[in-house]
Amino acid sequence: MLRSGVIAKKVGMTRLFMDDGRQVPVTVLQLDELQVVATRTADKDGYSAVQLGAGTARVKRVSKAMRGHYAAAKVAPKRKIAEFRVAPENLIGVGEEITANHYFEGQFVDVSGTSIGKGFQGAMKRHNFGGLRATHGVSISHRSHGSTGQCQDPGKVFKGKKMAGHMGAARITTQNLQVVRTDADRGLIMVKGAVPGSKGGWVTIKDAVKKPTPENVIYPAALKSAAAEAEKLAQAAADEAAAAEAAEAERLAAEAAEQEAAALKEAEAEIAAEGDAGEGDKSDES
Amino acid sequence: MNLIAELEAEQVAALGKDIPDFKAGDTIRVGYKVTEGTRSRVQNYEGVCIARKNGDGIAGSFTVRKISFGEGVERVFPLHSMNIDSITVVRRGRVRRAKLYYLRSRRGKSARIAEQANYRPPSGANA
Repeated sequence: MLRSGVIAKKVGMTRLFMDDGRQVPVTVLQLDELQVVATRTADKDGYSAVQLGAGTARVKRVSKAMRGHYAAAKVAPKRKIAEFRVAPENLIGVGEEITANHYFEGQFVDVSGTSIGKGFQGAMKRHNFGGLRATHGVSISHRSHGSTGQCQDPGKVFKGKKMAGHMGAARITTQNLQVVRTDADRGLIMVKGAVPGSKGGWVTIKDAVKKPTPENVIYPAALKSAAAEAEKLAQAAADEAAAAEAAEAERLAAEAAEQEAAALKEAEAEIAAEGDAGEGDKSDES
Repeated sequence: MNLIAELEAEQVAALGKDIPDFKAGDTIRVGYKVTEGTRSRVQNYEGVCIARKNGDGIAGSFTVRKISFGEGVERVFPLHSMNIDSITVVRRGRVRRAKLYYLRSRRGKSARIAEQANYRPPSGANA
């Protein structure tokens, strides 16, 4: 069942020391005000998807058309918007906020982003070509690519031939990165290894397509409202338990008081009886 | 403080390592936890610190060189490694380089390091 991914901001890389002393290089990704801005349904759009928005944009910087779009969803203007195809049963209500618990520790994810631009690069760097020899008569062209094709037949260079050219600044997906840690309070997801793009860049995270879907993923998504609801329920349950406990304590206290009163009365009666008996003795003596 | 620095500071605090003040040129003894089968013990490794890298942060490391049975041995330890039991400074050396890689090509008398006579711990340090 396809569920939504998330948009995250690449914060940077660091390392984590695990309990067994291993060090794991991680990329820290942050969820920043990640909300559902719109939904696409099969009836209306012919496919089902959720449109997510992340970050905060200044209203002044947002076009009028997009302001209307955000207003319709009743969400603050976003910096980055992306659509995720989901199964129809995993659609999320507009305005819902997704938390970092969406992924669990150990899960595999695919992360897509725009790689760092490298400019115009030669064939050696761009396509890992070997270049030409350092000696044996090679002049000036040590880092060039070699031949680009055949002879008069076909008489052209085939399309798609790997040559020098613009490198980087392309959409890259890194597959099967493991989630090492999540922090819902700060909205952090830490994945093992590198992620395309520069610090501060936007990336999208999805469940790994080349791994079987884990059983304990949250459908349709880990929502802030759901977390709040769960917290409220837990709070209510705790309150109820506390109330029950208080009532029980009160009942016990009342019972104890009753017993005490009874005991007191009994004791009083005993004393009175004793007094009577004493008086009786006295009268006998006289 | 940015988020990465914050996370690293948190981790350093959580690991709670007591790291003495030392630099390249100092002779130090590292108590390293070794696990053999099921039981673990502390193994001492003593030698000259020839390099400190990446500062005091979570990524920090240092290199210790010693001559073992006539053969130079170098080990790189992560500064905050959980496997490090203790670090003790045996001797403070006076050197004029941050990285003492030149010691690799020296043996015996020429590989000696003079002792620093007037060592003063930096203010606020726990050395």
